[in-house]
Amino acid sequence: MNSAIRRLAVAAMILMLALMANSTYLQAFRANEINGRNDNNRVRDSQFSVNRGPILIGSTPVAQSKPSNDRFKYQRTYPSGPVYAPVTGFYSYRFGRAGIELTMNSELNGSDPSMAFRRIIDVISNRPQQGGSVTLTLNAAAQQAAYKGLGSKTGAVVAIEPKTGKILAMATTPSYDPNRLASHDSTKVDAAWKSLNEDKDRPLSNRAAQELYPPGSTFKLVTAAAALSSGKYTPDTKVSSPAELPLPQTTVPLVNEDGKNCGGSNNATLTVALRYSCNTAYGSVGLALGPDALREQAAKFGFGARPLAELPSVATSQFPGDPNEPQTAQSAIGQFDVRATPLQMAMVAAGIANKGEVMKPYLVQNVKTPDLKTVSETKPESLHQAVTPQVASQLTAMMVDVVNNGTGKPGQISGVQVAGKTGTAQTSKDRPPYAWFTAFAPADDPKIAVAVLIEKADIARDDIAGGRLAAPIAKSVMEAVLSQ
Amino acid sequence: MSYAPTSVIQIIPRTRRGVELLLLVIAIAVSVGAYVNIGITVQNEVPASTGYYAAGITLLALIAHFALRYRAPYADPVLLPCAVLLNGLGVAMIHRIDLGLALVAEARGATPKSPAAPQQITWTAVGVVLFLVVILVIRDHRRLQALTYTAGLAGLVLLVLPLIPGLGVNLNGARIWIRLAGMSFQPGEFAKICLVVFFAGYLVVKRDVLTLAGHRFLGLDLPRARDLGPIGIAWGVSLGVLVFESDLGSSLLFFGLFLFLLYVSTERAGWLIIGGLLFVGGAYFAYATFGHVHRRVTDWLDPWAIDGGQVKLGLMGQAWGGILGRGLGQGHPEATLYAQSDMIISSFAEELGLTGLIAIILVYTLIIERGLRTALGCRDIFGKLIATGLAMSFALQVFVIVGGVTGLIPLTGLATPFMALGGTSLVANWAIIALLLRISDQARRPQTPAAPVSDETIAMAVQKQ
Repeated sequence: MNSAIRRLAVAAMILMLALMANSTYLQAFRANEINGRNDNNRVRDSQFSVNRGPILIGSTPVAQSKPSNDRFKYQRTYPSGPVYAPVTGFYSYRFGRAGIELTMNSELNGSDPSMAFRRIIDVISNRPQQGGSVTLTLNAAAQQAAYKGLGSKTGAVVAIEPKTGKILAMATTPSYDPNRLASHDSTKVDAAWKSLNEDKDRPLSNRAAQELYPPGSTFKLVTAAAALSSGKYTPDTKVSSPAELPLPQTTVPLVNEDGKNCGGSNNATLTVALRYSCNTAYGSVGLALGPDALREQAAKFGFGARPLAELPSVATSQFPGDPNEPQTAQSAIGQFDVRATPLQMAMVAAGIANKGEVMKPYLVQNVKTPDLKTVSETKPESLHQAVTPQVASQLTAMMVDVVNNGTGKPGQISGVQVAGKTGTAQTSKDRPPYAWFTAFAPADDPKIAVAVLIEKADIARDDIAGGRLAAPIAKSVMEAVLSQ
Repeated sequence: MSYAPTSVIQIIPRTRRGVELLLLVIAIAVSVGAYVNIGITVQNEVPASTGYYAAGITLLALIAHFALRYRAPYADPVLLPCAVLLNGLGVAMIHRIDLGLALVAEARGATPKSPAAPQQITWTAVGVVLFLVVILVIRDHRRLQALTYTAGLAGLVLLVLPLIPGLGVNLNGARIWIRLAGMSFQPGEFAKICLVVFFAGYLVVKRDVLTLAGHRFLGLDLPRARDLGPIGIAWGVSLGVLVFESDLGSSLLFFGLFLFLLYVSTERAGWLIIGGLLFVGGAYFAYATFGHVHRRVTDWLDPWAIDGGQVKLGLMGQAWGGILGRGLGQGHPEATLYAQSDMIISSFAEELGLTGLIAIILVYTLIIERGLRTALGCRDIFGKLIATGLAMSFALQVFVIVGGVTGLIPLTGLATPFMALGGTSLVANWAIIALLLRISDQARRPQTPAAPVSDETIAMAVQKQ
């Protein structure tokens, strides 16, 4: 009998060891993953009681925690809420976090491993945990100009410093006030959340980086880059540019926007065709180059890869996988299934501006501990050499021509040479087209590259064109940076 | 010493009551320390009730201790301190969650529920009284053998009580509670003891028959087909518990107990295999057929899917506790549903961390292994079977509830022994400890009745050599 009892004793021991092993796996190895869950109230409650670090532009906070006298010790506030909302995101008790508040959460609340040493000191000296600060690359003047320029229109602006990839502005409209979601009054927060989510214009969405749009004629920059890089074209190469370009495999021709041929010529140069944004000219170039060359060029500018890990759910811009010939012609002018974020189109302009080198865009300049020791500092990083410096300067000259003599005239700045490209992307017959403008300045020594998208404006459908609507906004954003 | 005979090992019987007293002091100190710690971190003061709590636990522990000195001097010295420690910590944690719930209610502007800790202290007193009754009334556990079939009937009645309409209540998906005179009881906790007595008494008589081998299969002696009756009945009853009371834990507990005792009394591993297959088959049948059983399993496979589910909240609490815990009074155990009862282990894991949880599991392991040690040392078969049954019931129960809370197996509504809020379970566990102590007293007592030798005399005797 005793041998059976001994075996049971071993079995009981194994049961207990199984419990300990399972708990060890849970509490020692899976803890981080579970603590990071957005629906984890405990972690949220305790983090709500932490003196969370500010999000700064220069030394001015755009998000900060202020002492409060209710069940949580601190209230998160956003001094110019809607202007910076697409970047800061919000920090809500009920509805989690978004934007930098989400992606830099552990740095802001001080729990990041990089601040572990400081946290141990806090524990030993019995000081409450305090979060680190995150400084953004944003330029306050550019951001304000972008938000003001968009006004009541629905759209987005992204501005990049071409040499570094620093994002100088990232605005979207309609925006929202993160203070409404960060409030400790749960009834008000619930109501705000409901109305923001039911709003047809989706104010919580960051149009600058999270939404994809057909880039329209601004994509002709990519097509032109592919053409010039192929060695078969120069800016002065003449290409077929009739009013209507018959396409293979279909009876529907490719037409120019105004229904006429290109600047009075059926065989315009690439420069002239860009100046007047001729669809037929770039459609025929695209057909000649083929989809693979276009896709490859687009990828070098950043299409097909997710840029900007510092914001959540940033969309990946796409060039269609296997288009037939008419679809290739449509794709070459940024229609069919070509989709891009305003961020991506700003990267195209910035790449051309930076002698063909696309820099990795970034939003976080540095992270510092509460006692202002730098934890991390972002260094500019090259993404791709999209085109050779020679091709880049050819493209620049063509874009200067667009602003000086063509569709981009509204983007001109007195005393500064601007290089740009307009776009008007058709979507469907029953909704207005998207207006685009992407540009950089000064053309000879670019300080800023910008992309503007207008999704919707309260004006007549015919009036929506990249030059008229989007260019003035790009202009004011560039002026804000250049006048500094 | 080299010429001393080595073939005969002379075990000098020792009472070890002094060791027990020392361990009791440690158990009380830890419990009271936890209570004070909670008061300081939650209310910023040593709670006024500390004296009441400390006096209560000390008094109860000492009464139990002196009852042993008086009536079971050779009883195992580790069991009682373990029980006191678990019970004391349990009350402290229940008190801590009372405070947490009061703060939550205050923040919402609601009136807080009446605290549960005083209730648990009262039940502890009742438990110790039953402990005394068992120690003082049952002078020899062998007398229980006369009650074999009475115990069997009582166990069965207790088991089906929750199914009686108007008496049984459905709590948290399982029908294992009855409501009587405004109070809830879990009769299964006492059924467990009755059934252990019944199984032991029955198997003492029938073990010879059940040991007879039938066919040999894969190197195992399988029992004869005509002897399958008892295991079939036990299986049927446990399946009935699973289906009608929808409680996998109780079902596993009762059937497991029967199997273990059958195995120990016959030493035939074939019984374990047959029983294991039967149980797995039955459990799978129930899983496939009954919605509530199915739900328990899906909840276990993906606890994250249910918003506000107790397992999910508990797992979050445990993760939040991490390796060293948030510290007593510094977590949010009250954020978990049933934090004082079903999920109390999760509350400990949150505030004391993995370290504290493992310490608690080790205390349980001590109780289990000391119980089995008692079975090994016991001189009669009936006592061996009872001690094994009680110790293994502890092992199964701890495994089922702690495993359920920590996500190892599907959660069922068994009580965490000595810790969880709930009178029936607490009282029943005190009775179990008393029975184990009673048997261990007989097991460790010198065979020829002699006057108890105190530790000091032995120490002197050893020195003289």
